[in-house]
Amino acid sequence: MSRATPELLEREATRLLNSIEGAELTRKQRLEIPQQTIPAQDPVERRSNMSEVTLGYTEAQARLEAARCLQCKNAVCVEGCPVGVDIPSFIQAIEDGRYAEAIAIIHRTNILPAICGRVCPQENQCQATCTVGKVHKDPLKAVSIGRLERFVADYERSTQGSGVPEVKPETGKRVAVIGSGPASITVAADLRREGHAVTILEAFHRPGGVMVYGIPEFRLPKAIVEDEIHTLERMGVEIRTNFLVGRTRRLHDLFDKDGYDAVFIGSGAGLPKFLGIEGENLVGVFSANEFLTRSNLMKAYDREHAETPIFQPRKVAVFGGGNVAMDAARTAVRLEAEEVNVIYRRTRTEMPARAEEVDNAEEEGVRFHFLRSPKRILGNEDERVVGVECLAYELGEPDDSGRRRPVPIPGSETVIEVDTALVSIGNDSHPLITQTTPELETNKWGNILTDENGKTSMDRVYAGGDIVLGAATVILAMGEGRKAAASIHELLTSDSDDSA
Amino acid sequence: MPARMVAVNRILEREQLAPHVFRIRVEAPLIAEERRPGQFVILQIDSEFGERIPLTIADADPEEGSITLIFQAVGKSTQQLAALNVGGKIANLLGPLGRPTEIKSFGRVIAVGGGIGVAPMFPIVQALKREGNRITTIIGARTRELVILESEMRSVSEELIVCTDDGSYGRKAVVTEPLAELCRSERLPDLVVAIGPAIMMKFCVETVRHHDIPVMVSLNTIMVDGTGMCGGCRVTVDGETKFVCVDGPEFDGRLVDFNNMLKRLEAYRDQEERRLHECRIEEVRE
Repeated sequence: MSRATPELLEREATRLLNSIEGAELTRKQRLEIPQQTIPAQDPVERRSNMSEVTLGYTEAQARLEAARCLQCKNAVCVEGCPVGVDIPSFIQAIEDGRYAEAIAIIHRTNILPAICGRVCPQENQCQATCTVGKVHKDPLKAVSIGRLERFVADYERSTQGSGVPEVKPETGKRVAVIGSGPASITVAADLRREGHAVTILEAFHRPGGVMVYGIPEFRLPKAIVEDEIHTLERMGVEIRTNFLVGRTRRLHDLFDKDGYDAVFIGSGAGLPKFLGIEGENLVGVFSANEFLTRSNLMKAYDREHAETPIFQPRKVAVFGGGNVAMDAARTAVRLEAEEVNVIYRRTRTEMPARAEEVDNAEEEGVRFHFLRSPKRILGNEDERVVGVECLAYELGEPDDSGRRRPVPIPGSETVIEVDTALVSIGNDSHPLITQTTPELETNKWGNILTDENGKTSMDRVYAGGDIVLGAATVILAMGEGRKAAASIHELLTSDSDDSA
Repeated sequence: MPARMVAVNRILEREQLAPHVFRIRVEAPLIAEERRPGQFVILQIDSEFGERIPLTIADADPEEGSITLIFQAVGKSTQQLAALNVGGKIANLLGPLGRPTEIKSFGRVIAVGGGIGVAPMFPIVQALKREGNRITTIIGARTRELVILESEMRSVSEELIVCTDDGSYGRKAVVTEPLAELCRSERLPDLVVAIGPAIMMKFCVETVRHHDIPVMVSLNTIMVDGTGMCGGCRVTVDGETKFVCVDGPEFDGRLVDFNNMLKRLEAYRDQEERRLHECRIEEVRE
């Protein structure tokens, strides 16, 4: 498959842009502008490096893509965005070449545009409702909102560096934010902007949560996450690493000993789930979490420098069909596995992973086995994995999630020879905080229960992100954080009014 | 500007107890305040490329705000830790992790500590004694100079038996021999606590299996985060998968699948040996 180079794409885009520059475009003309292809690293080349796969729009491409937007009055795209970014306005600013303004518009509601532009599932959110996609009768032909968001965030980073959002005068109130992933970052930023003192408490040695331990470099460069974290620090948010709430300090003590006025729990997903099948504790079976944490956070892919080892995969089976499964499969490819198989019990249509990531994985040589599910993992006398026995499935009636339920076909067992199995079927909720804080109510899966404002059963304690939702996405976590921050702010403001 | 607050984790005292065995006292006020016997920390020497390694807390002084760690410099990371002097800083220190030991009055307790396992055993025995338990301690080591914390253990035990594999000190025996003898006496112990190499814990369990005595073991599996996120530390306990970092590190050894655990401990052996070899070559070059 031949790919257009960024240079070629830029030249073509510039030519088109010049031809329409200055003209008042009709709706028809806008709809005729071709959707811009995102430049990407060559699939063969990228198999052996950790660098980002997609390279981002060039300036001409971005302005051209922005010109595809019809500026709908009802802005259905905004309704699809969990944090309500003013999409038409920032796109208009890009079309006009007013990039600083475009980023300022996004920053009003989203502190992490460089990240969201990369990892949000826009095809299910803002782009799903886009009128342009509807006119073309293909949602994939929608305006590439995410890529535009990424373009303008990167443009700003490369020119003047991220600006520091304005912070109101100190209120004297203090908030502890547990965890430093997307939900927590949003809460920290929103509350700091209002003038509250915010401390982020992070268990790992590096802040960023799932964005540093889970999502690989080739999908989200760590330098971008660091930049976003620095923005928080420049706003005056304090970050304490190596601090595990539930162990280093109990939740109560954040109030009793440390005197915080409110706490937000954004501790994220917890214990990786396993299938509960025979052979799951053999040597060579890893949770996708472990495999990715070793590679990403501990940098084990850099074998020359990293002290943390990572299992050398040769033939790999990945169980699951979500974004984490794709990340694990593609990481295995980059660690020079000869063969990587994704085993998923439904079909491609039902895969929860983003279509773009599935395509990327396929281009990189990952093989997909649909309607298959592992029955047991086979080991040798050294308790090392030698294969996985799978059962074939067919799709039956729709289940609660609306997806057709996979039903096993008896006697359909086949064996795939592998030495590594990566289990990527989600996480159970993290038990540490709830175990050590009995009055915090949870559901039967251990997720913290909150009301519609993110408030938990405990006074002054709020929660959001995966610890409430179960496994979700960066942007949903941010949406939750936004709500919780608003109610925390309200609480702190009423405190001040009371004391006044 | 406050920005990132990093605890200092300064080394206050450093002492070599035996060949390759070191005791350090580290400034860690929050951990010292919260820790209970049986808990551990995860530390990392270098934030950029360092490995996260779990070490059991041997002692703590909440007044001073310090914890004591005893470790064997066997891998590259522990060697780097051993190379830090007083005043040196450990880049990252997280804890206390794991569930604390259940400390209550059991009655008669036999504590078996093998090699470096004596270090995490000490605070447990100390706490058990405070609860009025009568404790017989068995310390095992390969050879005389590897016996550690003998006087400390003696101070909290009614009886202390030292064995060495080569007979250079105490009895020439492996720890399971005195353990078996003690279990042959009229009054069986109410609890056996065994901490040491996985293979030693396995054989301690086997030695007393036919008696109906709980054998508490503290497992030292491979882990990355230590907070329940990676699942690398999982073991099969009573047919169920448990995470050592959040469900443990202590389990009733009678229910632990030691054979699987021993194999899992070897998962990175090849790579570690290669690393260590490279690291020795570097040393020679220097």
